[in-house]
Amino acid sequence: MRWLAPAVSERRQYSTHPPNARLNLPIDYSATPLLSHSSQTALATADLPAEVKNGTTKRMNLFQAINDALSTALTEDEDVIIFGEDVSFGGVFRCTMKLAEQFGGDRVFNTPLTEQGIMGFAIGAAAEGMRPVAEIQFADYVYPAFDQLVNEAAKYRYRDGSCGRSVGGLTVRMPCGGVGHGALYHSQSPEALFTHIPGLRVVMPRSPLQAKGLLLAAIRSNDPVIFMEPKILYRAAVEQVPTAAYTLPLSKAEILKEGKDVTVISYGQPLYTCDSAIQSVEKDLGISVELIDLRTLYPWDKETVFKSVQKTGRVLVVHEAMVNAGIGAEVAAAIQEDPETFIRLEAPVQRVAGFSIHTPLLFEKFNVPDVARVYDSIKKVLDY
Amino acid sequence: MFSRALRVPRAAAPSLRAARAARAPTVAAFRSVTTDAASASLEKGVPEEDDKPFQVNLSDESFETYELDPPPYTLDVTKKELKQMYYDMVVTRQMEMAADRLYKEKKIRGFCHLSTGQEAVATGIEHALNKEDDVITAYRCHGYALMRGATVRSIIGELLGRREGIAYGKGGSMHMFSKGFYGGNGIVGAQVPVGAGLAFAHKYTGRKQATVILYGDGASNQGQVFEAFNMAKLWNLPALFGCENNKYGMGTAAARSSALTDYYKRGQYIPGLKVNGMDVLAVKAAVQYGKQWTTNDNGPLVLEYVTYRYGGHSMSDPGTTYRTREEIQRMRSTNDPIAGLKTKMLDWSVVTEEELKSIDKEARKHVNDEVAAAEAMAVPDTTPQILYEDIYVKGTEPQFIRGRTPDENFYFN
Repeated sequence: MRWLAPAVSERRQYSTHPPNARLNLPIDYSATPLLSHSSQTALATADLPAEVKNGTTKRMNLFQAINDALSTALTEDEDVIIFGEDVSFGGVFRCTMKLAEQFGGDRVFNTPLTEQGIMGFAIGAAAEGMRPVAEIQFADYVYPAFDQLVNEAAKYRYRDGSCGRSVGGLTVRMPCGGVGHGALYHSQSPEALFTHIPGLRVVMPRSPLQAKGLLLAAIRSNDPVIFMEPKILYRAAVEQVPTAAYTLPLSKAEILKEGKDVTVISYGQPLYTCDSAIQSVEKDLGISVELIDLRTLYPWDKETVFKSVQKTGRVLVVHEAMVNAGIGAEVAAAIQEDPETFIRLEAPVQRVAGFSIHTPLLFEKFNVPDVARVYDSIKKVLDY
Repeated sequence: MFSRALRVPRAAAPSLRAARAARAPTVAAFRSVTTDAASASLEKGVPEEDDKPFQVNLSDESFETYELDPPPYTLDVTKKELKQMYYDMVVTRQMEMAADRLYKEKKIRGFCHLSTGQEAVATGIEHALNKEDDVITAYRCHGYALMRGATVRSIIGELLGRREGIAYGKGGSMHMFSKGFYGGNGIVGAQVPVGAGLAFAHKYTGRKQATVILYGDGASNQGQVFEAFNMAKLWNLPALFGCENNKYGMGTAAARSSALTDYYKRGQYIPGLKVNGMDVLAVKAAVQYGKQWTTNDNGPLVLEYVTYRYGGHSMSDPGTTYRTREEIQRMRSTNDPIAGLKTKMLDWSVVTEEELKSIDKEARKHVNDEVAAAEAMAVPDTTPQILYEDIYVKGTEPQFIRGRTPDENFYFN
């Protein structure tokens, strides 16, 4: 409701919008159908095991759900250890609150500010069969650790040959994405750099419920997993989350909403943008749009995507990271490469993504795909 | 063993520190650098003239060295210079306080790291250099940018994201550059090898200039810091590495993250110099000495400026969860760099109370005027020229961008 207050300057800034606006209203996380606002919807989530569906739920935001998953992992497996910069006192985003007190300083501990060291250390521990969960404080800080991830973690199983070791226990968590004013070094979303690397799984959850299940799956999985958390959702996304321990399948996409005219593929926070755009465009044009959450970005679920595109013939891929050589490029290429899907295409595959720029301090909102851009692209694939 | 190594410090450290402090004056063999900002003394009187040099004696606890003869414990200063140092520190602090206010008013957004308490380091370094020397630092950079010649309005304008900001408002707090100042770097430790490259350029072209490379006690554990040390020593570069040790790397105390907290010894094969970073005179003396050393082709030095930040790591950190309020209060009330220099200037009759008040007033007015000018700057236009400059090849920019005008963005009813 900030826009009701007298304008400070003539030009509106940040999450304000004028009266009578139809698109790009602030996302109402308390009403979006992408979050489970009741226990029933939470427990009806696809892929949940039966015993979890009969259990209880608790209202949590994203950082609490991550915390819950980490706490579960620490409880169920002695080999799980958690470390990173400032994680002992809860981490900058509060994801590791109380874990050090509860599980002790030899299982949850601070590291020096040394990303390459953290990663190498985690890989070593994982090679011994432990299940380290390393935190990189911001995805923007991961680059010194890139060598370790690409040249050590990803190649470990491949190169270990008959010794048969791997670093499958490794999970690397990192907050990513824009928050409105993160500028150059606190708003990047470098998932595509990791999806280029065979040997790493890359996961990005869209909500607390998803995050808990996917993070537990990542920790239990026998592959090294890069787990990227959209940091704007840490507090914004609140939903009912099953209290029992559960995993959600890796490398499996989820159809959030069925439709027959256009397929919109996305992951992480932009799904909420897509949902707003879809609601408007469906109302305006009387069409139906299918929305798919990739969830795992590598190796990703081609089958679900192809099936959907074969049905609709029109598709756009939406992500926040820059457009060049991004997830959109990969998904679009895969779609046109598959003969059965290609033949069904009615329009060129559209990418709605960040521009090929660095994130400017004030103009992040022009860079991150907004509702109007998704809305227009849906119209564009329909009008082709 | 492992858990003990990780757990020990919190419980033990305060008592250890207390024991050290109690012991320090009596046990001569155990001597650490003081953080007393008013520890210098005067042997003879102060001349009448504003620019006639006179000598001050620095406390014999101003330095500690590693494989290096200590700098002279005397420093030549003038009344004019002392007044300038004082003015510089006051302006820096006032500017940081203005940034703090603007941030809390939500006019400055993003990530903002203030250097309140650490003013003597930036000021002392600048007074030991000339404009041809280079400085490079991390994200706590407002004071350095100012000292290197940026205006208050261009710094505050940058924080506000305005076009007249020093980096066109594109970067904000962590990213500011000016002549002889290479930033302003957001990634912890990344500036250190870059600094080695700056130093190499000076050596290669035969310029007798030093490069001051700053990083925090937290950053000192980054691998690339050691990579830079090795290159600098190997090629004998005129590099003055400097760890600004403010005791906490983000929210973790130095002893809990560093196996060796004697950061001036971290160069191993590079001589080190630890200096009282709360005393602007000691900082100047150390850097002056370092510059002479390194430009005489003696190779790099690793300095450690022992300082203290009053605020949190960044604006979102209250700074009180990992240290006591008493500790902050004690540093503020007894070791403040500005108060320390003020005391000395009055003691030495460099200025009268009246003059000092007028310097304070002038500094405050200057900052207020400049901040007002920055606040009056317009929000930059959302034209393609501004949005795409310095990143797209001309002609390859996106043809159309949404969101510049309300109708594009909101689809009105």
